[in-house]
Amino acid sequence: MTAIITAILVIAGIGALAALALAIADKYLAVQEDPRIGLATAALPGANCGGCGFAGCADYARALVEGTAAPGACAPGGDAVNAELAKILGVAATATEKRVALVKCCGTRSEAIRVGDYNGICDCSAAAATAGGDKGCRFGCLGYGACANVCPKHAISITDGLAVVDKRLCIGCGKCVSVCPRKLIELVPASATIHVLCNNPVRGPEVTKVCGVGCIGCHLCEKNAGGKEANHFTFNGFLAKVNYENPPTDATLADKCPRKCIREDAHFETGN
Amino acid sequence: MKTVNSAFKFHGGVHPQYNKDLAASKPIEAMPLPQQLVISMSQHLGAPAKCLVKKGDAVVKGQLIGERNGFISVPVHAPVAGTVAAVEQRMGPAGGWADAVILDVAEDQSAAPAFLPPLDWKSASREDLLARVNDAGICGMGGAGFPSAVKLNPPPDKHCEYLILNGAECEPYLTSDYRTMLERADRIRAGVEIMRKILNGPAVRIAVEANKPDAIKALEKAFADIEGNVEIVVLPVLYPQGSEKHQIYATVKRIVPEGALPIAVGCVVENVGTVAAIADAVEKGIPLTERVTTVSGDGVVEPKNVLAPIGTRYADLVAFCGGEKDGVRKVISGGPMMGFNVPHLEIATTKTTSGLLFFTSAKVFQYTSNACINCGRCVRACPMQLNPAFICSAVESNDIAAAQKMDVMDCIECGACSFGCPAYRDITQNCRRAKASIRAAAAAAKAKAAAAAK
Repeated sequence: MTAIITAILVIAGIGALAALALAIADKYLAVQEDPRIGLATAALPGANCGGCGFAGCADYARALVEGTAAPGACAPGGDAVNAELAKILGVAATATEKRVALVKCCGTRSEAIRVGDYNGICDCSAAAATAGGDKGCRFGCLGYGACANVCPKHAISITDGLAVVDKRLCIGCGKCVSVCPRKLIELVPASATIHVLCNNPVRGPEVTKVCGVGCIGCHLCEKNAGGKEANHFTFNGFLAKVNYENPPTDATLADKCPRKCIREDAHFETGN
Repeated sequence: MKTVNSAFKFHGGVHPQYNKDLAASKPIEAMPLPQQLVISMSQHLGAPAKCLVKKGDAVVKGQLIGERNGFISVPVHAPVAGTVAAVEQRMGPAGGWADAVILDVAEDQSAAPAFLPPLDWKSASREDLLARVNDAGICGMGGAGFPSAVKLNPPPDKHCEYLILNGAECEPYLTSDYRTMLERADRIRAGVEIMRKILNGPAVRIAVEANKPDAIKALEKAFADIEGNVEIVVLPVLYPQGSEKHQIYATVKRIVPEGALPIAVGCVVENVGTVAAIADAVEKGIPLTERVTTVSGDGVVEPKNVLAPIGTRYADLVAFCGGEKDGVRKVISGGPMMGFNVPHLEIATTKTTSGLLFFTSAKVFQYTSNACINCGRCVRACPMQLNPAFICSAVESNDIAAAQKMDVMDCIECGACSFGCPAYRDITQNCRRAKASIRAAAAAAKAKAAAAAK
């Protein structure tokens, strides 16, 4: 009987001492963390996509509170999250428009010629480093899926040798933009509906040699969209580009393009 | 002068089928001028030359058309007289795009060539000789294209003890160096004497693989009465014997430290073709505007060693060799182990094009990569004593840092690992990818640091 009581007392004594030590440690060894870090982490979507340039949502939240980053970099969260973050940090919210990735190429296997058979690592940069890649057009999508492999939302699929972004799934993190060896993915406003899907700025005859749907810089789209004054298109060499500050909305522009490289938004809906 | 057998064998290496007999017995043949040349401004390692001509300009043979642009760079000269049709971006053999001069070759080639004045190497100063090597646009003709003037001008604290002539030609099919040694041994000797003067009298080692006894005999004859410490070193037949680092080991048993140039161990290695070109540049004033290229493989009607002006399109080159056979599946610029697969024949030769190989389906093996079976064959084959299997797996899982830790930067991309892999893994390609990625990251960090310093 005494043994049991002794044991209980010893255990209770150790427990009391440990509790005391913990209470003291809590008071004197406490790590001071800004409570806003927790709040900001909770406010972020938790996708950990890395699109803001930080290792994850918690890292971005820490940087926000420490003042080394500004709200507005979270593409998946959009305006709602940015407003929430601004409220937590006590700064004015900046409105950002949701942006999505756009693969500026529509040269599928049937449209764009391939100059060789690539038989190696299934990765765009590896293919591009092997005799410049097997696609005839040196600006076009190689279709080996480097972008699809890094997409945290599986929004990119490779269809007929061409990367296609599903606008509904894309969170605009921009990871695909940085891995593309051809630099043909761009983040564009999600509200824009008309796009030029070509990245080849060289002269028309050279484009037609390698691709059935490459832009030849004929300026017809500009003409059909109200001329130069309307400012819906800009040109880089012999390549038209939608001016996303002032995007055109006329759906017939796509049909009127003689090269069929202007596409309406429907192109995004791949159904995956 | 004596001939010795190499006593030092490097680790690893493989024995591919050499198939040199296809073109080995064919003497060097000068080809008739094609109608058009495509002369790239980026034929060497380093910064591309700055183009000095524009559309419509008439140029004469030997005229300077591209200026040296930086320390590691060489000038480019017009190989023939003609008119510039365009200056535009063209694809090179390795797949990169660079400015190129498209030259319509003139029918009348009687105009006096704009060669440099001949120099007498015995009386010329070391500096004049070095300047000539530079002005003649000479770069390594073995494949990498390192500017020779940079190689021959070691930093003041380094002394060149050995000048090693690379006549190994360990790549299968290629015979251009072999034919050069056989037919132009006297030019090689003249080049050696000039280079010996530039480098302040180093000992000379001429490294030739044992499978070229004729070339060894020709060199022995040409060098019979040469003074000083000159040896012909007969190397065992092993790929990659022609690699600079392995050649240094096989001839003088020195190991080049990681990331360093051969001059760090007192050696300068130069390809035999380059040495002959240096002799021509000094004694005759002829800039480097033509080279011997082996056109071979089972897909070409008549394999030949062709002396062609630099900038000859591959289509013209193969037409001179009787054309392609039916069913050509693969065309390789350079040797089959380290050369570049080319997508079309509009690409033109450069100063470093040692071969152009055509293969039919019978010789081309289309494979599918399988999982590594851990057999260790690549580890045994790797001449740099790396672990290619582990590096390959690391790169496949995007762990470039791990690959770097396993010294992937030491990889010489010889392809010995992929050659013997029973699972057909893309080991060399993965190593290349890792190296490119590490270099890109280093360049980005450097650019960032430079931007921050501003």
